[in-house]
Amino acid sequence: MKTTLVGEDVVVLSKKTRSTRRLQGRMTIVLFLLPALALFLIFLVYPIFQSVYYSLFNWKGFGPAVDFVGLDNFKRILTDQIFLKSVGHGLLIVVLSLSIQLPLALALALMMGRSLRGRAFFRTIFFMPYILSEVITGIMWMILYNPNPNRGFVNAILTLIPGIKAIPWLGNTSTVLMAIFIVLTWKFFGFYMLLYLAGLQNIPPEVEEAALIDGVNNRQMITHITIPLIGSTIRTSVYLSVLGSLQVFALVWIMTKGGPVNASEVMSTYMYRFSFVRFQLGYGSAVAIVMLLISLVFSLAYRRLVRQTDYLN
Amino acid sequence: MKKYSLVLFLVGILLVSGVLTVLAAEAPVTITWWHIEIVENQIALWQGLADKYMAAHPNVTIEITGYENENFKTKLTTVMQSGAPPDLFQSWGGGVMNEYAKAGLLLDITAYLDKDGWRDTFAPGALGVYSFEGKNYGVPRDMGMVGFWYNKELFAKAGINNPPATWTELLADVQKLKDANITPIALGEGDKWPGAFWWEYLATRIAGQAGFTEAYSRKGSFTDAPFIQAGEKLQELVALKPFQSGFLGATWGVDEPTLMGNGEAAMDLMGQWAPGAFNDSSTDRKGLGDKLGWFPFPMVEGGAGGSADALGGGNGFAVGKNAPPEAVDFLKYISSVDSQVAQAKIGLSLPVVAGAETGVTDPMLKLVQQGTAAAKYFQLYYDQAMPPAVGSVVNDSVQGLFAGTLTPEQAAQAIEDSAAQEIK
Repeated sequence: MKTTLVGEDVVVLSKKTRSTRRLQGRMTIVLFLLPALALFLIFLVYPIFQSVYYSLFNWKGFGPAVDFVGLDNFKRILTDQIFLKSVGHGLLIVVLSLSIQLPLALALALMMGRSLRGRAFFRTIFFMPYILSEVITGIMWMILYNPNPNRGFVNAILTLIPGIKAIPWLGNTSTVLMAIFIVLTWKFFGFYMLLYLAGLQNIPPEVEEAALIDGVNNRQMITHITIPLIGSTIRTSVYLSVLGSLQVFALVWIMTKGGPVNASEVMSTYMYRFSFVRFQLGYGSAVAIVMLLISLVFSLAYRRLVRQTDYLN
Repeated sequence: MKKYSLVLFLVGILLVSGVLTVLAAEAPVTITWWHIEIVENQIALWQGLADKYMAAHPNVTIEITGYENENFKTKLTTVMQSGAPPDLFQSWGGGVMNEYAKAGLLLDITAYLDKDGWRDTFAPGALGVYSFEGKNYGVPRDMGMVGFWYNKELFAKAGINNPPATWTELLADVQKLKDANITPIALGEGDKWPGAFWWEYLATRIAGQAGFTEAYSRKGSFTDAPFIQAGEKLQELVALKPFQSGFLGATWGVDEPTLMGNGEAAMDLMGQWAPGAFNDSSTDRKGLGDKLGWFPFPMVEGGAGGSADALGGGNGFAVGKNAPPEAVDFLKYISSVDSQVAQAKIGLSLPVVAGAETGVTDPMLKLVQQGTAAAKYFQLYYDQAMPPAVGSVVNDSVQGLFAGTLTPEQAAQAIEDSAAQEIK
């Protein structure tokens, strides 16, 4: 005789449906992720593995790689004065960005955040440099930096001051890195300012009002309330700024090609020159891998450092 | 029903576009042509030739792209590494072109040249620059030498009656120009190769053909005495501070010709394409007119080289491996005597085709051409003669000499190290 334990049957049945549904749910997720994953694997992961492969060879870039040299390329990188110089320059740009570019953007965002007349206008013009392509920016600033006061705007203004002579910004080894940093700041501060503005919007007004009632002054408001509350935005901007500074390429290459005599050399221009000017793509690939490792180490260390603060919230 | 009709519509469009592409591919021939002319009348000349050819051959379309020199080098490298070269493109011949030939990226046009005596229309030395291991991969359109282009008015103002014939005289003239408050030399060392001309000429004058051949064949070395001396002589010049302010960051594309064209600098060691660039970059577009003079690189006292030896090179077009036969036919068309005469008339090329010398009317360019023809030893620019990696090291090291960051010994050693690695 069939005994129908209806209750358990129902429970069993619905369990099965639930797990099938969960499986179906997972399948949908995987299916939707698949295109993005495919692009990621094909255009990011696979080329990186190719680079690792080519970095073990002496390769001109045409035809197959046949001259295996193992880790020789990497040894050469770590002993090359010019590469070490380029890393130094990269780190200098990172430090300068963190100490000048970001605070400037933050200060502007704080000013912009208040109800300032013409806020929208200032927001737009501060963001405009970011919209220009890096190539156009580079060419434009090369013209601005022209050492002849009749042709270069910067020097034209400078020579108006009595006693000051025109400075060859991009031709002088002691001023070239500074000149490039000015252009970098000009180009990117608008982006960070917008980032901070967005972060500021997220501060609940009640907090600020409560603080005002308690009688805080402006400085206390900024240091004890505003900045801590946009902490995660600041941490994100630091992350983006460091990575961007380590990998800057187009602006430097267009304006100086890393010169004169390597005075503005950064890792990416070094890599580019060996790969595409000297046709030594094996060595260039090795440089690219070293750049990747440096960025990766920073990225992982940083994520670990801020994980506590951001993710536990 | 609506869903299905949408799908049908999309599929229909796909089919139609596919059919159209196939149809289009079967019909006419397209030739891609990359040149490096940015001077207006030079661009117009190439376009004019293409238009005439297309009118005579209606099934051929010629797509021309003109690049600035440095951009072209970048663009070409990328396209070569992807294995899809343009059909006809600017080439300086020598070591760089040889690399492409070795990698199988160029079309072997030896057979085309042998037909109907096309080969014999060219000056053999010039044609040889575009061949590798006995096979031809391109043809020249222009061959000349590097020399001093100078402003006669500024020289007179400084009290210089005759152009210098020796290196010592050149240094003395530089000093005279400085004393007269004139910028002696325009130099776009940001691009590195303009400065390399100075060192390469000094090396040519001091080492002579024997010295270079020794080092290049790897029997000798680039650290041999003549190459160190070339660096020392260059230091003598740099010590006088004869260049415009900011020369280490200046470019050939903009700064050098602007200075010369506007009469702001007295001389420029440059190739045969200089006058056209001076005119185009000057404010009034007219350049120096008959104030422009030319003199060859002076003799260096005690040097083993002959005073008529020439450093130079030219321009030509190489043929990509996928080029259709019509591309080679078009190449023959633009290498005709008429085309060469037209090029010579606007100062674009110093002709390499017999009978086209009559097109050179400019007395300065005539001097350049005569100098080229008379040179017993003709040295192709180092960064074209040698593999690209070595050329790049030469350019970088010489910039170090100009900036004072490298000694002549260090510069020579860097070049030698690169040569040892690359030239086998």
